[in-house]
Amino acid sequence: MSTVSVEVGHPSVQHWAEPGHPDDRSFLRKYVFSTDHKVIGCQFLILSLVFLLIGGTLAMLIRWQLGWPGTAIPGGGILGEAKAPGGIILPEFYNSLVTMHGTFMIFFAIMPLLVGVFGNWLIPLHIGAADMAFPRLNMASFWTAVPAGLIMIASFFVTGGAAAAGWTAYAPLSAVPEYSGVYLGQELWCISLIVLGFSSLMGAVNYITTIVNMRAPGMKWMRLPLPIWALFITAILVLLAIPVLTGALILLLFDQTLGTTFFLPPDGGQPLMWQHLFWYFGHPEVYILILPAMGLVSEVLSNGARKPIFGYKFMVWAIVAIAFLGWIVWGHHMFQSGMNPYLGATFMTSTMIIAVPSAIKVFNWLGTIYKGDIHFHVPMLNALAFVAMFVIGGLSGVFMASTPVDIFIHDTYFIVAHIHYVLFGGSLFAIFAGIYFWFPKFFGRMMNPTLGKIHFLLTFVFYNLVFFPMHNLGLDGMMRRIYDPNQYEYMVPLQPMNTLISVAALLLGAAQLIFVVNFVWSLWRGEKAPPNPWNANSLEWTLPSPPPHGNFVAMPTVYRGPYEYSVPGREADFWPQDEPPAEAGRRSAGREGVPA
Amino acid sequence: MNWNWLLPEPVSTFGSEIDSIYYLILVITAVIFVIVEVALVVFMVKYRHREGRRAEYSHGNTKLEVVWTVVPFILVMVIAWMSMRVWIEAKVADRGHVSEDALPLRVAAKQFEWNVTYPGLDGELDTADDFVKRNQLHLPVGRAVRIDLTSEDVIHSFFLPDFRVKQDAVPGMVIPVWFQPTAVGEYPLGCAELCGLGHYRMRGSVTVHEVEAFDAWMLQEGQDAAVETPAPADTAGVDLEAASTAPAPEGNHPPSHQPASEGKERA
Repeated sequence: MSTVSVEVGHPSVQHWAEPGHPDDRSFLRKYVFSTDHKVIGCQFLILSLVFLLIGGTLAMLIRWQLGWPGTAIPGGGILGEAKAPGGIILPEFYNSLVTMHGTFMIFFAIMPLLVGVFGNWLIPLHIGAADMAFPRLNMASFWTAVPAGLIMIASFFVTGGAAAAGWTAYAPLSAVPEYSGVYLGQELWCISLIVLGFSSLMGAVNYITTIVNMRAPGMKWMRLPLPIWALFITAILVLLAIPVLTGALILLLFDQTLGTTFFLPPDGGQPLMWQHLFWYFGHPEVYILILPAMGLVSEVLSNGARKPIFGYKFMVWAIVAIAFLGWIVWGHHMFQSGMNPYLGATFMTSTMIIAVPSAIKVFNWLGTIYKGDIHFHVPMLNALAFVAMFVIGGLSGVFMASTPVDIFIHDTYFIVAHIHYVLFGGSLFAIFAGIYFWFPKFFGRMMNPTLGKIHFLLTFVFYNLVFFPMHNLGLDGMMRRIYDPNQYEYMVPLQPMNTLISVAALLLGAAQLIFVVNFVWSLWRGEKAPPNPWNANSLEWTLPSPPPHGNFVAMPTVYRGPYEYSVPGREADFWPQDEPPAEAGRRSAGREGVPA
Repeated sequence: MNWNWLLPEPVSTFGSEIDSIYYLILVITAVIFVIVEVALVVFMVKYRHREGRRAEYSHGNTKLEVVWTVVPFILVMVIAWMSMRVWIEAKVADRGHVSEDALPLRVAAKQFEWNVTYPGLDGELDTADDFVKRNQLHLPVGRAVRIDLTSEDVIHSFFLPDFRVKQDAVPGMVIPVWFQPTAVGEYPLGCAELCGLGHYRMRGSVTVHEVEAFDAWMLQEGQDAAVETPAPADTAGVDLEAASTAPAPEGNHPPSHQPASEGKERA
């Protein structure tokens, strides 16, 4: 393996920018229809942060209804008579809210944030490449995601409203408009996700090709930064999982529009087939949403602790193991679905086993900060929060993995708590860590650390106030997706807790405005970023902030792994990957932005 | 506000076994949670940056890796092994552990109600004295009940929190459900799977009677049913063949939708 990797990424296959060659691209080619991976990463960032805001706003509406059922939202009249007459949310609109909150957050916020943004930002820079293997395909990937998002937004404004069958779109509810009361909205939901699937696929083939072929000399597989390992495995999951979803969505669209009955029982269709297809995609999707986050956190933790990542090889193999096991656990979403109970017992076993590589990762993160020299910069705070929160999300997963316990907690707020501990406490804190960490590299300015710390603290506190009590609601038997829990006598005593959660949720939402302000303000007014503000080792930090079009002026050579922090005998506590060992002589000439 | 992690009192025979696994997992995960979070905070405080401090240069420890791979593996396998038996007991209704004299019922879900077919005095379904109650599940205490669960339109989920019973009702499938009540009382029945705009109010009640009281109730209701001819909408729940092909949503479905024509078209 070691000899092969030195051969790959030969200059002849890369498009090096000519040093000193003036960048004469038009504004349109430079910022709109750009093929530069860095610009595309920034485009994905803006797009997915907008969707994060939309998804968050929907969550606020959901919490309003649960906190103060049947009362008018202040200013909610603008939602219209069909959704919230007088500002009071209707049950059918509530179902759309929970459906679209999940859809936006999973498909249009977290997934593009992790895969679209960090895949684009980091892959070429981390491996020492000039750009992606297929820059035009990369551009097409972004410009396919945009119409997908617009179609999804448009579905709110058609007659009957947006999809209301849950983000999992269980047939027959999703397949027969008369059952859900949603007509065009549900079809647009399918079309949007089919279009988005093509965007993801274009990204995935690009990532895989780039990582396999375009690593700089010396960038052996076991010298790859962990975000790249995570994104590589994630891209493979995307490549294999998305076509299953796309196929299932096309069948569902046929059932909705052409009168086929793939998922409708009267003519031999199988409602459970939709669930099998959906979760065969859906569980790998869960790991698509967490593996890159784990990679980002590993990078930031090692940097913040000034210490090599603990057990690098075990971290890599844990990612591989999670991805492999992720294909044989989808049935755990279907324990109570009517699937053969013996099959459920099998899926329980595989699901329990997947806890092991997750545990390995957590213990290795602890090992990484143990005896470290911990700098609590804003990315580090968010990365540490990731570890603390992911532990809760991982441990609560053991409850539903146990099939008999799942009988009670399935489809209750316990599940809602679990998924938010993984996707918000996990993925989103990692995303914040990543944005604070790499913002200076791509925008040339630092984000304000004081605002960053305030944003982190408020988010951490309110986040836990929102989602931790949801475990208790679930254990008291409160179901998900219930418009008005007070319909059930036994849930009436839960109202104070629901109101508390809603207050915290509104504050959590408000706290995100600090991030928005910090982000926008720093774009223009932030302190100018040096090439290597975090004293980090990987290749992008040897370049100016932001790096020029084409990235590296000369092909870098990699001499070591990315986590060589606090090496004994060296004065600096970091050691850039491309710095030649002392005995190998002087630095390669003509490089820009070499850290001091 | 209830901040404890206790489950509501179980009132079925396997309920307490399910709960014991829940509490076992709760203890194991709580211990791991405390160890990991305390270690995290201690490390954060103890190894915070101070002037002149330098991190220890270490790439890991294979022995530790083996320990924290093997120990979690053993723990989850123990949990899986213990779960297996209870799961099969609770979910497999035709394996001999459900007694012969189990009360046979049929529950047909549809938007947004639960139609329960009772066997009447002869104790057998599909006979003339069957009768249907909407959203009311009446059961005798101390006797197993075996329910054939189905749905006429979309997927619903038959959720009896106090009995630790949850089973999706799927159109086109008849899924056996069993449990044995252990305490007299009134309990909620809910729908746990999003089934449309009336999902939140698709609820019913479970009444567990003393055996004699249940027999009297069954006698009374059976006689009433013999007098009144059951409404056609209710018989749809009785005949499963008909249920699977019938135009699905009826009853309290909003008039703005035309389910019948669509249903026939598809049937």
